[in-house]
Amino acid sequence: MAFIELEGVEKTFTVRRKRGRFTRTKDEVRAVEGLTFGVERGEMVGYIGPNGAGKSTTVKMLTGILTPSAGRLRVAGVDPQKERVRLAQRIGVVFGQRTTLWWDLPLRDSFTLVRRIYRIPQDRFEENLGRCVDQLELGPLLDTPVRQLSLGQRMRGDITAALLHDPEVLYLDEPTIGLDILSKATVRRFLAEVNARGTTVLLTTHDLQDIEQLCRRVMVIDHGRVVYDGGLEGLQGSDGAERTLVVDLAGPSPAIDVDGARVVRREGDGERQWLAFPAGRSAAPLVAAVAERYPLVDLSVREPDIEDVIARLYRGVPAQAT
Amino acid sequence: MADIRAVRPLNPVSAYLAVAGMWARSALVYRLNFVLVVVVGLLVNGVEFIGIVFMFMNVPALGGYSLPEVALLYGASGTALGLCDLLFGSIEKIGSRIRDGSLDTFLVRPVRLYPQAAADQFALRRLNRLIQAGGVLVYGLVAADVHWTWGRALMIPVMLICGTAIFEGVFTLGAAFQFWAQDAAEVQNAFTYGGNYLTQYPPTVFAKEMVRGAVFVIPLAFVDWWPALYVLGKPDPLGLPAWTHFLSPVVAGAFCGIAALAWRAAVRGYRSTGS
Ligand SMILES: Nc1ncnc2c1ncn2[C@@H]1O[C@H](COP(=O)(O)OP(=O)(O)O)[C@@H](O)[C@H]1O
Ligand SMILES: [Mg+2]
Repeated sequence: MAFIELEGVEKTFTVRRKRGRFTRTKDEVRAVEGLTFGVERGEMVGYIGPNGAGKSTTVKMLTGILTPSAGRLRVAGVDPQKERVRLAQRIGVVFGQRTTLWWDLPLRDSFTLVRRIYRIPQDRFEENLGRCVDQLELGPLLDTPVRQLSLGQRMRGDITAALLHDPEVLYLDEPTIGLDILSKATVRRFLAEVNARGTTVLLTTHDLQDIEQLCRRVMVIDHGRVVYDGGLEGLQGSDGAERTLVVDLAGPSPAIDVDGARVVRREGDGERQWLAFPAGRSAAPLVAAVAERYPLVDLSVREPDIEDVIARLYRGVPAQAT
Repeated sequence: MADIRAVRPLNPVSAYLAVAGMWARSALVYRLNFVLVVVVGLLVNGVEFIGIVFMFMNVPALGGYSLPEVALLYGASGTALGLCDLLFGSIEKIGSRIRDGSLDTFLVRPVRLYPQAAADQFALRRLNRLIQAGGVLVYGLVAADVHWTWGRALMIPVMLICGTAIFEGVFTLGAAFQFWAQDAAEVQNAFTYGGNYLTQYPPTVFAKEMVRGAVFVIPLAFVDWWPALYVLGKPDPLGLPAWTHFLSPVVAGAFCGIAALAWRAAVRGYRSTGS
């Protein structure tokens, strides 16, 4: 049995809307429907999809905040909604848009509260806090009131607070939303490390770089359904995704004309050009062909933009499921 | 990690104290503000009772109750509400937590929701109602012409505890209702602060229907009226049997039980907010 298991899970919200002065209508919003998947212990899964796809709703059901309308859901063998309080001891949750830190108190105090609420033994608490503070570079901030922290610093504090009790699984709902590049990089490095230590991680995001850098398994969700579940490579390689070769030439040049690639963009009168080629193909012969006929100065290969790939999925090209 | 998993959840009282302590310390960040609010609160609440004292300058009794007797009712009702407001009053703020979705973060902690919600935004400045009402109660107890017996003396703490519990029940029912109608705080206030206003005065000054409602519907009469009938040896305005004057603990227990069931159903039906 998988660590996290969903079988035909649905969540429907009834929304009452005012129509006119006295009439009200009931609308049904199907946030997720027919979710079926499993996550094994120790996996790191990227859970991506556009706004309103049902990502947060899924996390809320996994944590027991919301009761599914239908289907079966188990985390560590228990029903999260029925055993919410007991399960909470074993999970860590970070909601990107809301902090659990105490606004007016020094950052350190929020961690102390976590220690009391989760009944963490002092030595373990100090060890875990030390590690998080070290890796997330929070040391100088421990005595700063939370209201004086930047968004990125606060998020690092929230991630620390979610990990102090050694959860078996960490759910992150858009943890990098609104963060600066440096904070993002620190957070990503840290999450990779957390996963390497054996914690199962479910990462919800629409920052595709998070996924590219962290997750071997990606689930794409749209309109409440899983439309892709598999490796990142499979997602990129499927259905004519393209990589891009960016070449810098010694001087202005007309559009490069080689077999198996097409110019998608030119800059500086052709001094820099972007060539798209099928993702399944090696870049080497293409580079050779360009170098043979053009004054090549520098080059780089860009992996397919995962956002394009998802857009392609949405355009109805059958996804390659595993 | 196994030893962590075996940890039993923190008991609700410790959880409450932990969260309330954080709020109390947060409030101390704004110390001057805290002092001002307490002082102003004491003044405002004080003026209210002075109004009643002025009333007695024109009439010798109110519905057959002397000034010290009214003070006893006023003080008992206010102390009960004050205690309840200090300890559990924050539960009425749950509507805003539901509306902005921040209740989500309470629900992922290994502690029941109730103690967290009761301790949410805990504010020591709510002491001012308690101090003022407690003062009036002491005056009432000392000055009222009570034929003290052990039973009557014992009834005073019983009355305060049951009163606190009944108000807590009202608060909790209101909070549960806010899961469905998030702007229901006003309705709730009508019953808590309105109920306090009602039970400050002798039952004899109100219409019989009102008093019946407070006995049989929302049991505010058992906050102070009915126990006080026994303490003061007053006639029962509804002519109910004398044993009903001892019913406060039973009524408070039953009422809190109903409130707890409503609360549980409400939390189960919690729907969070979109994104
Ligand atoms: N509490 C709620 N009440 C009504 N509708 C909701 C609620 N929560 C989510 N929804 C709706 O369900 C859908 C999925 O929302 P959500 O899971 O938050 O999406 P995501 O996190 O992927 O952006 C959206 O259409 C959203 O409007
Ligand atoms: Mg979301």
